Amino acid sequence: MSEWPLWEIFIRSQHGLAHKHVGSLHAPDAEMAIKNARDVYTRRNEGVSIWAVKSADVTATAPGEKGPLFEPANSKIYRHPTFFPMPDEVKHI
Amino acid sequence: MYAQMVDTGAKKLRALEDMGPEERAFQERVDADVKIEPKDWMPEAYRKTLIRQISQHAHSEIVGMLPEGNWITRAPSLKRKAILMAKVQDEAGHGLYLYAAAETLGVSRDQLIADLHAGKAKYSSIFNYPTLTWADIGAIGWLVDGAAIMNQIPLCRCSFGPYSRAMIRVCKEESFHQRQGFDIMMTLCRGSAEQKAMAQDALNRWWWPSLMMFGPPDADSVHSAQSAQWKIKILSNDELRQRFVDQTVPQADYLGITMPDPELEWNAERGHYDFGPIDWDELYNVVKGNGPCNRDRLRTRVRAWEEGAWVREAALAYAEKRAARAQKAA
Repeated sequence: MSEWPLWEIFIRSQHGLAHKHVGSLHAPDAEMAIKNARDVYTRRNEGVSIWAVKSADVTATAPGEKGPLFEPANSKIYRHPTFFPMPDEVKHI
Repeated sequence: MYAQMVDTGAKKLRALEDMGPEERAFQERVDADVKIEPKDWMPEAYRKTLIRQISQHAHSEIVGMLPEGNWITRAPSLKRKAILMAKVQDEAGHGLYLYAAAETLGVSRDQLIADLHAGKAKYSSIFNYPTLTWADIGAIGWLVDGAAIMNQIPLCRCSFGPYSRAMIRVCKEESFHQRQGFDIMMTLCRGSAEQKAMAQDALNRWWWPSLMMFGPPDADSVHSAQSAQWKIKILSNDELRQRFVDQTVPQADYLGITMPDPELEWNAERGHYDFGPIDWDELYNVVKGNGPCNRDRLRTRVRAWEEGAWVREAALAYAEKRAARAQKAA
């Protein structure tokens, strides 16, 4: 028999915060994935909302591409406010 | 130390100069405390050792439910029953976090479970001892979970990201387990002479097996050195064992019960307790499958798996049927 598919579970821990990946679990369908996630990942009030996404549907960057993929940001230090020194006399900026 | 004596396949440690460029880059990341994630390059032996270690840890959580489950229907009050059920449910959760961490290394959960059932994968020796009285539930929480915490806290800093994250979750929940055990022991020790004798008897039976949980002495193990280099073992067996003894003896003093070790004594010079020799033959014997409950534990696991097969199949068939129907309607 084939295994139940794998799901990635995301939990919103409080109102106003983003859902955050907490782990994965096996379940036959989306409804059971949510029910299992309730029991596996929120036994101590860790969440107010759950997302379940089939692991097979997640597209990810490859670790080998890390260099070329993120390099463009490295050289653009002017994107950070600290790049621009401000005189002490100038306030509220 | 829910994972004991994990084979790393290593004969000796290799220096950075002896490694190829990929392995060297890997070891330098580990040395710099950068976490290794599942899709990163890693030595095959690291992957295999982690699968062995994490799955052994997961199996221990799952098999560990059996000795305690034995007392759910016999807990002395509704409150104790509800607490014990919550604790056993946590153990199932811990097993699941750990199986999920192992699966990121490219092995299927069914395969891991098949290896356990075939006797190829191990679980901690401690769960092969019987729970004869209610006091054993107290002793397990206090000593066995206490020993587990001792080992798992350093593992939160281990080099493999998913294992480290699973350990952080487990540690957050484990403290409740130890305290509920100590609370049972306290209640018994403040009770009648007979109840206190029950607590002492449980301590007598669980003390040495708890010390064995940390695994054989450091001197015997090349695997420990390899695991330490990979940072999947942070403190040595003997260090953890000593810490556990030092922390637990004063707790027993508070309870007014004594460890079954005539050689146990505070050594002011070392700043640690000295303790008597451990019967390693007993540990090796239990690990080989000859403990008091090995056959029963495995038989119970296999039966649960086989008797649950129809549920797993039916749930999958139902999900497939509904998916097919939804597709037709669309």
